[in-house]
Amino acid sequence: MALYSEKVMDHFRNPRNVGIIEDANGIGEVGNAKCGDIMKMYLKIEDDIVKDVKFETFGCGSAIASSSMATELIKGRPVSEVKKLTNKAVSEALDGLPDYKMHCSVLAEEAIQSALEDYSKRTGKSI
Amino acid sequence: MIYADNAATTKMSEAAIQAMVSAMSEVYGNPSSLYGIGQKAREALEKARGEIADIIGADPKEIYFTSGGSEADNQALRSAAELGKKSGKMHIVSTAFEHHAILHTLQKLEKEGFEVSYLDVHENGIVLPEEVAAAIREDSCLVTVMYANNEIGTIQPIREIGAICRERGVLFHTDAVQALGHIPVNVEDDNIDMLSSSAHKFHGPKGVGFLYARKGIRLSNLIEGGAQERGKRAGTENVPGILSMAAALKEAVSKMDANAVFLSGIRDRLIDGLLGIPHSALNGDRVKRLPGNVNFCFEGIEGESLLLLLDDKGIQASSGSACTSGSLDPSHVLLAIGRVHDVAHGSLRLSIDEGITEADADYIIRSVSEVVEYLRGFSPIWRDLMAGKKDFILF
Repeated sequence: MALYSEKVMDHFRNPRNVGIIEDANGIGEVGNAKCGDIMKMYLKIEDDIVKDVKFETFGCGSAIASSSMATELIKGRPVSEVKKLTNKAVSEALDGLPDYKMHCSVLAEEAIQSALEDYSKRTGKSI
Repeated sequence: MIYADNAATTKMSEAAIQAMVSAMSEVYGNPSSLYGIGQKAREALEKARGEIADIIGADPKEIYFTSGGSEADNQALRSAAELGKKSGKMHIVSTAFEHHAILHTLQKLEKEGFEVSYLDVHENGIVLPEEVAAAIREDSCLVTVMYANNEIGTIQPIREIGAICRERGVLFHTDAVQALGHIPVNVEDDNIDMLSSSAHKFHGPKGVGFLYARKGIRLSNLIEGGAQERGKRAGTENVPGILSMAAALKEAVSKMDANAVFLSGIRDRLIDGLLGIPHSALNGDRVKRLPGNVNFCFEGIEGESLLLLLDDKGIQASSGSACTSGSLDPSHVLLAIGRVHDVAHGSLRLSIDEGITEADADYIIRSVSEVVEYLRGFSPIWRDLMAGKKDFILF
């Protein structure tokens, strides 16, 4: 059995929404280099909709795949829905992660929540 | 496919496979049985013991077959500790970058009341003999220092350390799992009292190894039962494995000098090529290292993603990143030579064997360069480093 599911490997090999958004209005960064994982999410929110999302990740295969899948799950979705994104939804969409890699999906959830908080802080809008 | 993880395990040699297959079909008797086929197995077993003993400069009676390097390490340490305890000597000298078979056994001994001094291995990954001398106390019962490190390949001054131990009357054990079959090892010349080895690191089978223990050292059993291995390791001998190990070792040693010249050439080619990647560094001394070992840190990337992408390119290697170890901490070896967590996560170990070509080495250099550049392209750490928001650790 392979270490990762086909979906994880697909998102790891061909990560979606990689990069940065110059005029992002919500940016979240979580994790730290000491533990070997850092995720940075850039959101462009217009009319309470995530119009665009990009990410940068320093981390293992499942961290990159989790970031990629998380951006896919929230792109084009209303903020109210994005707010409810859980790590479980990310890992399920990837057809599961090994137990000791679940924290990667948690980081993805946290990075997005952190970006939303940043958006709220910048715009004064409660989310 | 370029298999560059020979420090993890090697492909069995044809000689080793042949020896194992013929042992399985022709030497199936129990060496403890008195009838013909049993005694045939006994003879084959003792011949293998003699060949192995010869190669390391030991007496056959000093070779104890085990299930591998870890068992040999455990038995060596347990035996020395037990002897020490009897004479009130409860101090052990070791290093910070031993294999876990040593480190975890030492930690257990610490819980049982032993005190362990873990010597610094410095930036180049080499223990200083004078620091071993300084660490030995009146109540030291054992010094254990690996022959060559399994991750960074640095070769330790075993002969000097052995001489110091002999002079001070302290038992000296070395984990030679990465060394035997790759560089000259001789227990007489190197002043070694106990030595651990494992067959699958020199193109032999997995699950078999041996412990050398100098005559007069009373071993403690890890496994109780029958009288096999002079009563020190019970259980019917793994005859096919042992015969195969002897065949593998003979072959490895016969080709050792030629391989060392060839491999160190390829190793140096790899090192020079990979040093061309900006903000990378070689781990461990460049000269005093195993002929087949290359170990690097690349700033701004994480090792597991590097390995997965190299695997996609047909290159199998390993890393000391936390993600590949299943813990949150990167390799204790890289931390011991002073690499900080941030860059220790971005490490790559290539351990090559004689099947490699110069063209393979060039392909590895190209592939690693491409993958490192690709991963840095979306690494937030790399962005901060390039923007001057963080200082580079590797130059």
